Amino acid sequence: MFTDALSQAVWLLRSFEGDTFAIILLSLRVSLTAVAIATLIGLPLGALTAVTRFPGRAGVVVALNTTMGLPAVIVGVGVYLVLSRSGPLGVLGLLFTPTAMIVAQATLTTPLIAALTRQVVEDAWRLHGETLRSLRLSLPARVRVLLWDCRFSLVAVFLAGLGRAMSEVGSVMIVGGNIDRVTRVMTTAIALETSKGDLALALALGIVLLGLVLVLNMLASAIRAATMRRYGH
Amino acid sequence: MATEDRASLLSLRAVTFRTDERVILDAVDFEWGDAGICALMGANGSGKTVLLRTIHGLLAPSSGDVRFEGRRRAGGDLAFEGQALMFQYPSLFRGTALENLLLVPCAGTSRRARRTRALAMLERVGLRALAHAPAPRLSGGERQRLALARAWMIAPRLLLLDEPTASLDPSATEQVEQIVRDIRASGCRVLMTSHNLGQVARLADEVVFIDHGRLLERQPTTAFFAHPRSREARQFLQGVLPWQLSDRSGND
Repeated sequence: MFTDALSQAVWLLRSFEGDTFAIILLSLRVSLTAVAIATLIGLPLGALTAVTRFPGRAGVVVALNTTMGLPAVIVGVGVYLVLSRSGPLGVLGLLFTPTAMIVAQATLTTPLIAALTRQVVEDAWRLHGETLRSLRLSLPARVRVLLWDCRFSLVAVFLAGLGRAMSEVGSVMIVGGNIDRVTRVMTTAIALETSKGDLALALALGIVLLGLVLVLNMLASAIRAATMRRYGH
Repeated sequence: MATEDRASLLSLRAVTFRTDERVILDAVDFEWGDAGICALMGANGSGKTVLLRTIHGLLAPSSGDVRFEGRRRAGGDLAFEGQALMFQYPSLFRGTALENLLLVPCAGTSRRARRTRALAMLERVGLRALAHAPAPRLSGGERQRLALARAWMIAPRLLLLDEPTASLDPSATEQVEQIVRDIRASGCRVLMTSHNLGQVARLADEVVFIDHGRLLERQPTTAFFAHPRSREARQFLQGVLPWQLSDRSGND
């Protein structure tokens, strides 16, 4: 079956079949946008948690680490309730649209990115904290400098978020509805084909998904390696 | 140790710093105003580095009062304004030499003016040609000079140096010493720790000797080397092993 799936995956890509590419493009659009939003929120949030000391900080760190393992279906249900017609944002009419899927994936990956960023930046704070205090940098400036100093490690954080977003099916299925040519992405298509019994096609789509993640990782690793070479680390 | 008639740049009154296990600074009194370069000498573990950090404001004393230019340190965790500290092992950021200087805040200056100043600083420490080189790739001596340039960038009125040439070769040491002289000539006062007796003799106007967290003596440099007053300083200069210096090993 694996050989069938592999040849079908190659056929899918070589035939340049419109529906398949629409699904691939939508998957990329939704996940990349969601992770970009999650990065914009998660990086400063994680860095702030790393460099500030306040009562209850240990609890915040534990909560942040716990939300890394947030089940996608729970996020899906939560976003569904918010965006449904009777929900607080129901008036926007976003349910079963790619925007709803972006919201769900951003909600899912923000805690992951914030928690990983907190760990990375806290290590850097141990190394540079006294220097930054000595140079009298304000809190926002400290966060900015430490994020900049950790930029190579943060590429891995971004990739972890992207991997989580691209591989999840629970939340996008609930808030997107897996509507053909509207909200169908790779993972929901795989789930659908599996339920229909077309395991070869499901596996083929899975192989394409894996290939995509691999290409994105290779691209990010190449950028990281090139910049690290430039800066001598 | 107080010298009351001096205009006080720095004033420490009964400054004590203790951890759960031991007393690191023991009721230190220190008034400092006019000497250009003052060297803080003492054996390893005598409290020199803790004293520098306390003066800078990175450590809060357990008791006592630290004032710089008559002012106590403001709240928050920032160091004293007007001071710069170069650590024994300076932490440089993963960027170019120039970028490491550009992160220094200079109130009221544009990015362009900061860049001009940073390049001028690199020129003064002999690193202009390496402005765009990655800081982590610099040699030990170049890293120390870059850290000095970063400290100088602040335009401090007091520069604190913690073992500025530890682990540097003689040539790199000479370069760092010349920069310290230049910084001094620019009007900034320098308080430094060093185990390098030759360096202290070459650079310092006066020496303060510290032992087990207590300031034992303070003299002009030539007088200190010729006639150290305390037994501990005499033994330190003669190279007596630290654990033979006294029977107070519990504090060191």
